[in-house]
Amino acid sequence: MTITEPTIEGPKTEGPLELESGREAIAERPLGVLTRPQGGRGWRDWLSTVDHKKIGIMYGVSAMVFFVVGGIEALLIRLQLAVPNGGVLSADVYNQVFTMHGVTMVFLFIMPLAAAFANYLIPLQIGARDVAFPRLNALSYWVWLSGAIFLNSSWIVGGGGADCGWFCYSPNSGVTFSPSHGVDFYAIGLLIAGIASLVSAINLIVTCLNMRAPGMDLFRMPVMTWMLLITQFLLLFALPVITVALFLLMFDRLFDASFFNPDMGADPLLWQHLFWIFGHPEVYIIILPAFGVVSEVIPTFSRKPIFGYTFMVFSGIAIGFMGWGVWAHHMFVSGIGPISVAAFSLSTMFIAVPTGVKVLNWLATMWGGQIRFTTAMLFAVGTVAMFTIGGLSGVTHALAPADTQQTDTYYIVAHFHYVIFGGGVLGLMGGLYYWWPKIFGFMLNERRGKVNFWLMLIGFNLTFGPMHILGLQGMSRRIDTYSSGFGFEFWNMVATIGSFIIAVSVLVLFHNIWKSKREAADLPPPGPDPWDARSLEWMVPSPVPEHNFDEVPTVESLDEWWHRKYSFDDNGKVVQIATAEEAAQDGSAKGVHLPAPSFWPLVLAVGLPLIGYGLIFNLWLCVPGGLLVGMGIFAWALEPVDDPDATHDHDGHDDDDDDHDDDGPDDAELAAAPAAPGDSTAGAPAAPGDKQGGE
Amino acid sequence: MTTETSAPATSDADTTVAAPATPGDSNAPGEDTAHGPSTGISNTKLAMWLFLGSECLLFGGLISTYLLYKTRRGPDNLAIPTDVFDIPFTSISSFVLLMSSLTMVLALAALTRGDNHGARVWLLATSMLGGVFIGGQVYEFTSFLREGVGFTNNPASSAFYALTGFHGVHVSLGIVMLMSLFVASWQGKLRQEHSETVEVVGLYWHFVDVVWIFIFTVIYLVPA
Ligand code: HEM
Ligand SMILES: [Cu+2]
Repeated sequence: MTITEPTIEGPKTEGPLELESGREAIAERPLGVLTRPQGGRGWRDWLSTVDHKKIGIMYGVSAMVFFVVGGIEALLIRLQLAVPNGGVLSADVYNQVFTMHGVTMVFLFIMPLAAAFANYLIPLQIGARDVAFPRLNALSYWVWLSGAIFLNSSWIVGGGGADCGWFCYSPNSGVTFSPSHGVDFYAIGLLIAGIASLVSAINLIVTCLNMRAPGMDLFRMPVMTWMLLITQFLLLFALPVITVALFLLMFDRLFDASFFNPDMGADPLLWQHLFWIFGHPEVYIIILPAFGVVSEVIPTFSRKPIFGYTFMVFSGIAIGFMGWGVWAHHMFVSGIGPISVAAFSLSTMFIAVPTGVKVLNWLATMWGGQIRFTTAMLFAVGTVAMFTIGGLSGVTHALAPADTQQTDTYYIVAHFHYVIFGGGVLGLMGGLYYWWPKIFGFMLNERRGKVNFWLMLIGFNLTFGPMHILGLQGMSRRIDTYSSGFGFEFWNMVATIGSFIIAVSVLVLFHNIWKSKREAADLPPPGPDPWDARSLEWMVPSPVPEHNFDEVPTVESLDEWWHRKYSFDDNGKVVQIATAEEAAQDGSAKGVHLPAPSFWPLVLAVGLPLIGYGLIFNLWLCVPGGLLVGMGIFAWALEPVDDPDATHDHDGHDDDDDDHDDDGPDDAELAAAPAAPGDSTAGAPAAPGDKQGGE
Repeated sequence: MTTETSAPATSDADTTVAAPATPGDSNAPGEDTAHGPSTGISNTKLAMWLFLGSECLLFGGLISTYLLYKTRRGPDNLAIPTDVFDIPFTSISSFVLLMSSLTMVLALAALTRGDNHGARVWLLATSMLGGVFIGGQVYEFTSFLREGVGFTNNPASSAFYALTGFHGVHVSLGIVMLMSLFVASWQGKLRQEHSETVEVVGLYWHFVDVVWIFIFTVIYLVPA
């Protein structure tokens, strides 16, 4: 925050090297308009920010909004099914509601919530000041948001939501069976959101690989960072496949192509393969970030290092690879032939192995630890327990004969909610409680937090536990109602009650946030490290200053931050060598050069849904949309890069970098950014000429 | 990706510390300055490699679709692209595209030498060759349409136009990038120290060429 004061120093006449940050007027103005915004205050700051922390917060807030949207849809489903012959929703609307519930929860809630953690935490955990491409990061967020809004706008302008189920099988997805525009919005909305995730995946992978602090070897990265990195690789390779599928679907519906229409001689299985080649890795895209959270929370609150760090990382990588070889287990009854069924059945059973390894490692981490049952820890343990149940029911339908009975029943609904809600959502909730003080500078109240946890856990089990029974009794999924007399009444009522308990628990969460914020004024601030944690984000103040680290740390071991606080005495006993306050940075660095804000990512993102509406309603609308996108891209490219180091040349750099692989000071290229004359830090010896020799 | 590579000096580079070191600070001065890429590959180049990795699956999906559908004439038994292929013509335009990879290499080599004029000439040549290829594609599409192979005929023609069309869009975006570099060079903004930008655009260009070799083989050479 130190650089928000406008600097009043004299004109910058000496070219870009003299700029201290994005706050200054830029001498060069290509096209006459392209100065970079000053940041400013309030909403304008948020619209143009490129700070990974603010972008992370925006992802998180938007995800919670869509959690409420998807949650309301879920409650509508449960109200409809509470009693036989329910009359809350018509069959047609019911189809739209469960489809949009699934799509919203997966693409607009849990993925962006994971992206929130990825954005906020990856740079901090590897000791970086931002992601590799800050503007692209802003672009990802805005494009994702525009896709999300576009998708939901079909309720208003598209004649209703998509009604083809979240995996939108053909021929249901064709115009014959789905004549409203809902599926068009589904296809184009997910395409837009997919662009966002692809850009963000590239950005975060480069960040993880290239921006690590000196000494932060890959195998010193926290497990959370590892899991997020693997998730980004899965996105990188899974998204193009669904992109193809969605494009072809759009061509089919809007331009009369024949990719999926069996009447035209097309093969409806093509969609199923393309969808699930994406869709199964998607399951891991949802679950691995939660595994990452659990792997941070359990060691911290057991006061032990994670058991089998390398195992954890490699089992994550193994899941990442094996996740590509199991997709057709979603298609056992689609007629793919006995050999394929047998092969995919086997591969599916094998993928349970690395997952089991993780569960055992978490248990071993807790074993003999000094466990503190904070809210975050409760959520983490809950995640492990619920995910294990979901994993076990998953193994039951890895067996194709069993799956033939279970598929398309409520047993499947029970299974995947145990995995993505019990595993994914509970895990990320734990992450919310754990990192909240770091992000916002105050603690969430623990007592209310525990109420939140227990309500959610009980509500969750009441909702989805009975669905196993309903499924085995033969109740179909995606059915808008049922008659009395099948024995479905009791457990459906229980499930509906459970879903409202979940809703209350979410309200408790919001109440907790609001109340804790109000109480925070009277409480001592949490300090940099309220949980006595282990990774680098806890060595900077809470909330994190805009520049993250005063000084980029040099990393010497896994759990670096813990090792800065503790050591071992001669008998191998742990002794404290420094308090967190002593070892932490105080956030006082001034004049840190940060990337300047930009409005162009937002402009570009606004253009895309316009193109989408154009494709659906009137191609002329694509013109302004395309113009906005084109303008965004070109203005972006021409925007003065106020980074003094933007013109550096990497070829020269390689030569003097050979002997230290990720060490800092030898990188003369980036260091060529001495404080501008008259910089606010001018008091400090800015050491001009200090490091920029090698250019 | 275009946005990060289509003009020089656009990378959002790492952030740096100006110099918080105060006298008496235990840190060696400058110890906390930002450091270069941990892998030794620059951010932009790494990002392009990752993007191209992702693109492989995009084209993989489209090629598989074509392979699945290439002989499906639909219920009305309409014409499919294989009926009307003009292989000599497409071979020539494929050769033109291949040659453009060569000129791309020459452009990069010229710029790394510091030969701005040469770089400009080869950049222009590359985009012209790309343009010839696209012109060939437009000609091919229109003549196919005239001969009754429409996009909506049947799965085979839908798949053909989707696959080659996607590739055409990729080539066109590449041309836009090359022309942006050409204009930048013309304005004197593309100098030797920016050769990496050209290299990254070159990666994209070569990728698009290599993909075409696959597509050409699959569509035109492998017998039905
Ligand atoms: C408030 C808690 C939730 C409740 C009460 C709930 C309830 C339901 C029910 C009853 C169905 C089945 C609808 C049908 O087959 O007719 C369903 C489907 C689904 N839910 Fe949830 N759900 C909740 C949370 C979530 C979350 C957090 C996610 C994902 C992150 C999720 C993802 C899905 C998906 C993907 C479907 C499948 C939709 C389809 O069949 O196309 N749900 N949900
Ligand atoms: Cu699966």
